[in-house]
Amino acid sequence: MSDDQHLLDFERPLFELEEKLSEMRTLNQENQEDLSTEINALEERVEQLRESIYRNLTRWQRVQIARHPQRPYTLDHIEALTDGFVELHGDRTYGDDRAIVGGLATFKGGRYGYRDRTVMMMGHQKGRDTKERKYRRFGMPNPEGYRKAERLMQMAAKFNKPVVTLLDTPGAYPGMEAEERGQAEAIARNLFEMARLPVPIVVVVIGEGASGGALGVGVGDRILMLENSWYSVIAPESCSQILWRSWDYKEDAARALKLTAADLVDVGIVDDIVPEPVGGAHRNREATFAATGSAIASALQRLEPLDTQTLLDQRLAKFDSLGAYEEAEPMKASAGA
Amino acid sequence: MPWFRRKKAGILTTRDEQNEVPEGQWVKCPKTDEIINRRELEDNLLVFPSSGHHFGMSSHRYFDFLFDDGDYDLHDTHLRSVDRLNFEDRKPYTKRLQGALDDTGQNEAVQSATGTIGGQRVSMAAMDFSFIGGSMGSVVGEMVARAIKRATEQEIPLIVISQSGGARMMEGALSLMQMAKTSAHLTRLDDKGLPFISVLTHPTTGGVTASFSMLGDIHIAEPEALIGFAGPRVIKETIGSDLPEGFQRSEFLLEHGFLDMIVDRRQMRSRIAHLLDMLME
Repeated sequence: MSDDQHLLDFERPLFELEEKLSEMRTLNQENQEDLSTEINALEERVEQLRESIYRNLTRWQRVQIARHPQRPYTLDHIEALTDGFVELHGDRTYGDDRAIVGGLATFKGGRYGYRDRTVMMMGHQKGRDTKERKYRRFGMPNPEGYRKAERLMQMAAKFNKPVVTLLDTPGAYPGMEAEERGQAEAIARNLFEMARLPVPIVVVVIGEGASGGALGVGVGDRILMLENSWYSVIAPESCSQILWRSWDYKEDAARALKLTAADLVDVGIVDDIVPEPVGGAHRNREATFAATGSAIASALQRLEPLDTQTLLDQRLAKFDSLGAYEEAEPMKASAGA
Repeated sequence: MPWFRRKKAGILTTRDEQNEVPEGQWVKCPKTDEIINRRELEDNLLVFPSSGHHFGMSSHRYFDFLFDDGDYDLHDTHLRSVDRLNFEDRKPYTKRLQGALDDTGQNEAVQSATGTIGGQRVSMAAMDFSFIGGSMGSVVGEMVARAIKRATEQEIPLIVISQSGGARMMEGALSLMQMAKTSAHLTRLDDKGLPFISVLTHPTTGGVTASFSMLGDIHIAEPEALIGFAGPRVIKETIGSDLPEGFQRSEFLLEHGFLDMIVDRRQMRSRIAHLLDMLME
């Protein structure tokens, strides 16, 4: 089996069956022996297995797909969905963070029944190989990344362009310098400024949406999520480490966190799920881009007629409505320590 | 000795983060080992008189000494967290909640009140680390949001006293969204030109620091409070070496430009009153 396929553990049985099927087909051609009955039967089994694996993905399996090394990243989406992307760099204060990219581009909305228009595109950027991964700091931004994103958003507001943000990060970078330069303040500032940015903001979770590092560019009017991406308050491994005090409970943690697109629709956070091809976004990139582009187009179309105040009121109302609680008897003041 | 130790309430809490006044009539200063009578410590706002060590303090005690004559109205104590995700790790979330409720006698990890400080009416929220690590779930987010709305609607200043390990894991993405929710409400307070004084106490980390705590017009911290985004243990693992003395402490944040001032708890009330007086003139 070839390593460049990056098979996930749960895909192995399917791959083995597919191998067998292709061997049989070769045999069939070479030996002039009629194996068509067996081949048909095996084809059916492959399809059944494929169905049963991908229709019943566990939450942890979806996390694995979301992290697949061949999954389309932010710049892949930008390249496919826009024309003339001009990347804009730097936070004008400290530096340029490569874990977040952004810039102006023409979104090819015309293809999806909307219209072509200039948008401010941005998102977390991961690297493909070891060198690039390091260069992109594994898609984990420093404060400069959030501040660059905020600068580009203010520019979008100035020129009345909608903002599209793509989320794909294992978290904000937990380093010493990030703390020195105010990681928390940078993320907080973005939540605040995104809440009142006077242009439409469409957010798409395309891979990993880990915690505040994702949310730092994730406040918007429509929140979309690719079918096999995940979004939560913490990564399953870290959750396992903290609550189970062991790294071994990541699958349980993934289940407990309810971090899939369907889970998030359930609690009202995500507005629409972007369907992925069978097996995940990387199995058919064109289909993935088409589905993502179409979802962004309809979100922009929907937001376009709203005047600024309505847009901002609806944005506040959306986040205000998120949360689960009940009402009970008021509690009396206690005099604890 | 392990670097961290389990706290009674349940989740992982570093010894350093606990900082609760120990049981008993005599209290030892963690800095100097000096021993004083508990009564004396309580009369001194849980600050060790000689060393200035600040022990952790509950929301109600903050209200008692910050509001004029210790007089205030509590709000939203009827709100209760629910286990929307049926979250269970080694213990069901519902059990953790009930335990916290029983231990603290409070509905959640934040309490909200209105009253006056130096004659100026304010909306105040104060957090409690003793309630599941001061973590922010839906109710904490909702109560902070309501405290902000109350300030916005009544056109009065907002004060939030933070003390939190971050967002509450057991509510998944819903707890994450409380960061956005509280920050979004602050924009409306800001639009009205009303002041928000954020007071950061030991410890304030994670999603609370990365939302409302860092969005004040004025940031005040108590001395030597741990304030940061990532926890020290995570950073230590990332860089693979020990962290310098004083890293992520109030003094470090002041030096790096993220605080306006560090104020001893014993001067907190007069400092806030003075600031409000000038801002609301």
